[in-house]
Amino acid sequence: MSTDVSSKNPVFQVADEAAVKQARATLDAHAVEMMAWHFHPSTGCPFWLEYAKTLKFNPITEVKNYDDLKKFPPFEDEWLRGGPVTRWIPQGFAGQPAYVFETGGTTGVPKSRVNMRDFRTDYEQFSDTLPEEYFPRGANWLMLGPSGPRRLRLSIEHLAQHRGGICFCVDLDPRWVVKLIQKGWMEHLEAYKQHCIDQAITILEAGHDVKCMFTTPKLLESLAIGLEKRGTTIRKAGITGIFSGGTEFTPQWTRFAVEELLDGAFMTPTYGNTLMGLAASRPVVAADGYTIAYYAPQPRAVIEVVDFDDTNTVVPYGGTGRVKLTTLTKETFVPGFLERDEGERELPYAKYPWDGISGVRPFRELASSTTVGVY
Amino acid sequence: MHLPAFRFGKPYESIERTKLVHFLTGEPVAEVSQVGGALVSRDMQKAAKAREALLTLDPEDVVERLQTAGNLYAHGTLTVGDTKQSPDDFVKQQSATTGLPETLCRANMQKNMFVLANMDRMLDALSRGLPPEIFWKGYGREQRDVVVSYQAQSPVLGLVLPSNSPGVHTLWLPVIALGVGLVMKPGGQEPWTPYRMAAAMIEAGIPSEAIGLYPGATDVGASILAVCKRSMIFGSAKTVEQYRGNPGVQVHGPGFSKILIGDDVVDRWEDYIDMMVESVAVNGGRGCINCSAIWASRHTEEIAAALAERLGPVDVLPPDDPNAKLAAFTIPGAAKATWGQIEGGLAAPGVSHPTEKYGPRLVEGERCGWLRPVVAHCSSPDPVIAKAEYMFPFVVVVKCPQGQMLEKIGPTLVGTALTDDPAFQHALIDCTEIDRLNLGPVPTTKLDWLQPHEGNIIDFLYRSRALQMPAGAGVA
Repeated sequence: MSTDVSSKNPVFQVADEAAVKQARATLDAHAVEMMAWHFHPSTGCPFWLEYAKTLKFNPITEVKNYDDLKKFPPFEDEWLRGGPVTRWIPQGFAGQPAYVFETGGTTGVPKSRVNMRDFRTDYEQFSDTLPEEYFPRGANWLMLGPSGPRRLRLSIEHLAQHRGGICFCVDLDPRWVVKLIQKGWMEHLEAYKQHCIDQAITILEAGHDVKCMFTTPKLLESLAIGLEKRGTTIRKAGITGIFSGGTEFTPQWTRFAVEELLDGAFMTPTYGNTLMGLAASRPVVAADGYTIAYYAPQPRAVIEVVDFDDTNTVVPYGGTGRVKLTTLTKETFVPGFLERDEGERELPYAKYPWDGISGVRPFRELASSTTVGVY
Repeated sequence: MHLPAFRFGKPYESIERTKLVHFLTGEPVAEVSQVGGALVSRDMQKAAKAREALLTLDPEDVVERLQTAGNLYAHGTLTVGDTKQSPDDFVKQQSATTGLPETLCRANMQKNMFVLANMDRMLDALSRGLPPEIFWKGYGREQRDVVVSYQAQSPVLGLVLPSNSPGVHTLWLPVIALGVGLVMKPGGQEPWTPYRMAAAMIEAGIPSEAIGLYPGATDVGASILAVCKRSMIFGSAKTVEQYRGNPGVQVHGPGFSKILIGDDVVDRWEDYIDMMVESVAVNGGRGCINCSAIWASRHTEEIAAALAERLGPVDVLPPDDPNAKLAAFTIPGAAKATWGQIEGGLAAPGVSHPTEKYGPRLVEGERCGWLRPVVAHCSSPDPVIAKAEYMFPFVVVVKCPQGQMLEKIGPTLVGTALTDDPAFQHALIDCTEIDRLNLGPVPTTKLDWLQPHEGNIIDFLYRSRALQMPAGAGVA
């Protein structure tokens, strides 16, 4: 049995060759600049400075473009578990206030990433992609999703503030949600979800003039149905723009949301995580079979869709491969990290003239052990 | 062929579809639209309309239409999804995606038709003779001229259906006749029965607004269980445990059905071998009512050897062979994994394997696998394998003194007891581990359709309560 998604004709505006070339040149220059920062004793972090001693090449002199980053051995995500997290703080940012954000962590030691300002930069850049018509500046926001040790709460709050609004927050603990599922406590799961939705509806009905929202697909479903039961809709509750994220963002789910849940509110899917930041999507439209294609925030982060066996080779456009992520900010350097997701390689889009990815889903070899789409 | 979702009368084609392929050849058989759980939750806000649509008809009329539906299901050419489907097409498609031999598909079809054709008798038996309009109005006078009230607990019954045994569908067939709609998640490999049954019912005049078909992943099942006030799920022992004690969920899991032989008749064990073989092997041994253990205090080695002699030689045949008795395990690796588990159980102290001498039990194909019948013998109830159940003809003959049997048998969906000893019979009747009790040589797989299986559907869907009115007030 296999899942087939409708054919994808390129109905979007494919980036022209010159724009693609220019973006590549920018990426190459950025890669060289990042090597100079991360591997210089006065600016690099203890981890990379120590690691550089084991390398058979000099990253500062021998990385001359982005492709040269393939000289690094595969990045191991186990390196991100446990302390001291200060080993990841570049000397160039020593003494600055630092945040630590965690991912996973239902059991065992979670992976962590130290941030100074990256999350703000990521969301300020993402802010520029939001259409003014649906995400008006000055509007208040509702953040209905995972907070706690995740960076989402602070990021969405910063996004709202950056756009001149105030963010109202409802917390959801995804680690507890995963445990409820593993224990088979489905009634508790339902009650916890309802607890979150009730709080969200209270905020929406309290006259706070909330127009924009971040939420997850599962919570969006529950919120829309909860409002429908009260004889209203997301749009009628005042929401004009929704930004959402998760690997369960399938074309069929998006179509269902657009046709039956949103009542005309605009929704933009995103793909992101603590390591990468935030990948925006090109417009999701019926004519494109509700294809959801993401583009990484280059040159700060790069997504490549690589062959399952030869992870240094990208698959042809339209081909299926594993997500390989490279993070290139001054705060964080992660070369060639193989994500737990797979998808199809997408052509560069006019607004984002570099490779994208569509059909993102859990990597097939890990899918059976991965709990997704739970919150 | 494409099977869309069906949203209370409205077909819905999803962008996402699963491809069902032939278990032997890999050739495509059908595509099935896949929906998400939220779509079910949203539609369920209109569930009351399903019952309302049924209540516009007379209850007797609904029964007649169901009888017509039974005939159409078994003999008619129906529009199923986007294709005309004859009974032969149905049998071939069901066999192709489930691995069940075609003869068994036909037998299950007859079983479903029998239930629909006899719906009037079935309702009479289930309701113990209540006038059917009581379920429409909520109250009425029973034959003793006493007012009784039955309150519907849900306008629809949610069903999370299995892929393994098309025979289980008989359980939900009376639901429409009780004025309750259906919200079904078809089994991933066996959407055929619910789709064809829905098509036959609608063709026969049952309102399409009363029926929903929601194929999809596990979140669809979770949604059905969360939003339907009454639902039925078929699953593993883990599923049973998860929903135990939930009054809104009737859960059907492994049956652990057994034959218990009393000391007074065990010396005549040979008289019952045919009945034992039928109980173990009919319908590919896939059902929860197939016998998975035979308990006796003596002659157990001989019983096991005799069963092995009958069942051991049964071999894999093509699915269209009229003599085919074994169903394939269509999920790659499933047969091998199951055999690995059984081999582990057979290696325990006190366990022997009489079917071993009839050749290898595991047969591996290119895309699927089979397990030939296994008869094991346990010298006591202690080995783990003594309480195992698998989805093929598998039986353990367990040696156990009669006096300890009922303490040790554990949950038993169907218990066939062979004894004329009044004291043992009395103990069997009192034994709460046994759900359906056959006193005498009745195969565990033989159902008296006029008696409920695993609880009465009426007790599940309706609450019997008092309804009082002032003296002289009219009660029809």
